[in-house]
Amino acid sequence: MGEHKMMSLYESRPGDHLLIKSLRLDGAMLRRLLDLGFVPGAVVKNVQRSPMGDPVAYQVSRTTVALRKEESSQIDCQKVKGEINHE
Amino acid sequence: MSEIHTSKNSLEQLFQHAGEMNHSREEIVGDIFQASRSISQDCVKYQEATNDQKSEKLDKILTSPIWGYPIMLALLGGVIYLTIAGANIPSSMLASMFSYFETYLTLGFEWIQAPEWLHGLLVLGLYRGVSWVVSVMLPPMLIFFPMFALLENYGYLPRVAFNMDRLFKGAGGHGKQSLTMAMGFGCNAAAIISTRIIESPRERMLAILTNNFVPCNGRWPTLILLSSLFMAAGYTGGLQTFVTASVVIGIVLFGIVITLLVSYGLSKTALKGVPTHYTLELPPYRKPKFWDTLVRATLDKSLYVLKRAIKVAAPAGVATWILANIDIGNVSVLEHIVTFLDPFAHSLGLDGYILMAFILGLPANEIVLPILLMGYLSTGAMTEVNDLDALKSIFLDHGWTWLTALNMMLFSLLHYPCGTTIYTIYKETKSVKWTLMSALIPTIIAIAITFIVAQIVRGLGWV
Amino acid sequence: MSDFRIALAGNPNTGKSTLFNALTGMNQHTGNWPGKTVIQAKGNYTFNEGNYTLIDLPGTYSLYSNSADEETARDYIIFDRPDVTVVVVDATSLERNLNLVLQVLEMTDQAVLCINLIDEAKKRNIRIYDDRLEKKLGIPVASISARNKAGINLLLKKIEGVAKGEIVTSPYQVKYSEQMEEDIQRLEPYVSQIVKGKYPTRWVTLKLLDGDRSFMDHLYQRVFSEGDVSHV
Repeated sequence: MGEHKMMSLYESRPGDHLLIKSLRLDGAMLRRLLDLGFVPGAVVKNVQRSPMGDPVAYQVSRTTVALRKEESSQIDCQKVKGEINHE
Repeated sequence: MSEIHTSKNSLEQLFQHAGEMNHSREEIVGDIFQASRSISQDCVKYQEATNDQKSEKLDKILTSPIWGYPIMLALLGGVIYLTIAGANIPSSMLASMFSYFETYLTLGFEWIQAPEWLHGLLVLGLYRGVSWVVSVMLPPMLIFFPMFALLENYGYLPRVAFNMDRLFKGAGGHGKQSLTMAMGFGCNAAAIISTRIIESPRERMLAILTNNFVPCNGRWPTLILLSSLFMAAGYTGGLQTFVTASVVIGIVLFGIVITLLVSYGLSKTALKGVPTHYTLELPPYRKPKFWDTLVRATLDKSLYVLKRAIKVAAPAGVATWILANIDIGNVSVLEHIVTFLDPFAHSLGLDGYILMAFILGLPANEIVLPILLMGYLSTGAMTEVNDLDALKSIFLDHGWTWLTALNMMLFSLLHYPCGTTIYTIYKETKSVKWTLMSALIPTIIAIAITFIVAQIVRGLGWV
Repeated sequence: MSDFRIALAGNPNTGKSTLFNALTGMNQHTGNWPGKTVIQAKGNYTFNEGNYTLIDLPGTYSLYSNSADEETARDYIIFDRPDVTVVVVDATSLERNLNLVLQVLEMTDQAVLCINLIDEAKKRNIRIYDDRLEKKLGIPVASISARNKAGINLLLKKIEGVAKGEIVTSPYQVKYSEQMEEDIQRLEPYVSQIVKGKYPTRWVTLKLLDGDRSFMDHLYQRVFSEGDVSHV
């Protein structure tokens, strides 16, 4: 596992645990994502893609929230080791 | 800041001053989140249980690339199939019960030697209007909505929005538009209010303008009835129900396609813009309280249907009877209207009566079919309708073919929203222009599509 | 006639409407999807011979000016000053929900935390220590299951306590960064002169620092059309 490589949330794969580093967004979208728990320092999990690949569902603050590519590609994160996941 | 004069100015000054301190919302929310996290770490203990991942596992199937769409379609189909399979018998029973009482009502009127017009107005107009709406509407609604409520309370609808988002994004809309469409199955007016969950004004407007392409409460029974009478006529038993359901599903899917196309067209023209931000929460599946949900949905819907029947069907029945029984020259007002509308209606594959029923049915879609029947009966020989076969012969007597039925279904699906919905759109948008558009766009589409279908079918000599 | 006004705030999909129905008996539909309640509903209930009016605020994730719903909920709490604001949270995602609770506590100290879906949390082996939360947050906490109508009585008792002033609260205040706290302290005296205890000073100061234009506009409208803030 490349644990320290920076990537966007969009590039993550189902099952990945990701530490959020920064959000390259502003205005209402930034505020909404912050409200939902996409804050720097939080660990989120890529749960799964929708049938057509986009949006993708993420687990954040013990809830599941779907984001589109437009937003998730603006969230920088690092892959971290999570619990073992059977896929 | 000593030269502050009024508090308004001083607040404004403070605001400016605070702005120069350069703090961000991100900073504030971040700190609140840190606090939330630390409190919750102190006060909540999680032990990952096996059923904690139930929702996740279920989502793997319900939103999977392979099974996501087929399951959606199967659920929609299943609900519609059961509705059709279950509604027929109680509908017929209600119809014969009402006609049984009608006989006694008529006898009663004769016994007190009431004038004929009074009997016509109250029994043939009011009573029949109400009884048809109730017998045609109530049974399918009482099967459809409890099932729908179960799916809704279980938490399936957000998954539909999740699955469909990519399509709506392609059409310039918002994934939550599918949630508001799901509301539209119940009532378009309520669905218009529910579009408030879409925060971007542009995408909300798309959802408002296209919501009508989802058949509501008042239109389901028309679709189901016509489909079973004309589309599945050659089949019997279970297969007949299956064909009926397939046609109804086809109509619903067609409505979704039109929704996407119109959304796309509008987002490229009058409502130009890029899709705005989007987040959608997928709440965990929750087992609904089965009987609670069923009982509540059933009571809610029966009450709703009965209220509508009395509020709109009764006056509509009376009005139609009056129109059919006041003569100008030797011909009733109703027939004058019908004759006037007929040529145009014919080019749409309909007839003057149908178009008149849609026009008089503006207050509520529920009354379109009863008005139509009353119109037919006012000129035809038949006087009683106590089962569904009798209904079909009324239609056949007036020259119906499967094309008439298909185009009436299409027109019902696509035409202008009902009066309540239009009023709601005005209240929500506060714009005369968009309210007019919300009525005009569907009407133009309804006319265009029924026209094209009629011309093609006739041109190819299929009817 | 009603003695107390109680506002229900909470994230979407926390069973707020279910609770509302359970208390008022009104037939409002509850579904399982975010943003279900879009219309503000009002209803009444009585408890220990007290009359209560319950106001169901729109379900929101926060109380900033992100949407019309959030502004509605925020304005109600700030301008209409309900006797008690009950924050309904989902026991299974308390962490995210606490976010809203902390925001409410910045706005009012007349608050009760209502942890709903406690049955769901139990099923998922989530244990919530009410007593610790109560101490930490400084407000009464009641765990309930609105759909099973469990725990409602305790909730109503705690609401009554806060409404009648029998329970004295000392709400948790979020501590911000040093720089932020410094700036808050610098501005607070001026803000306090203007709002004169009618509105929570620290919170209004935060709104200034946050640069929340929409709130300022609402404040101007409310305050200066009523003319209840005198010239300094």
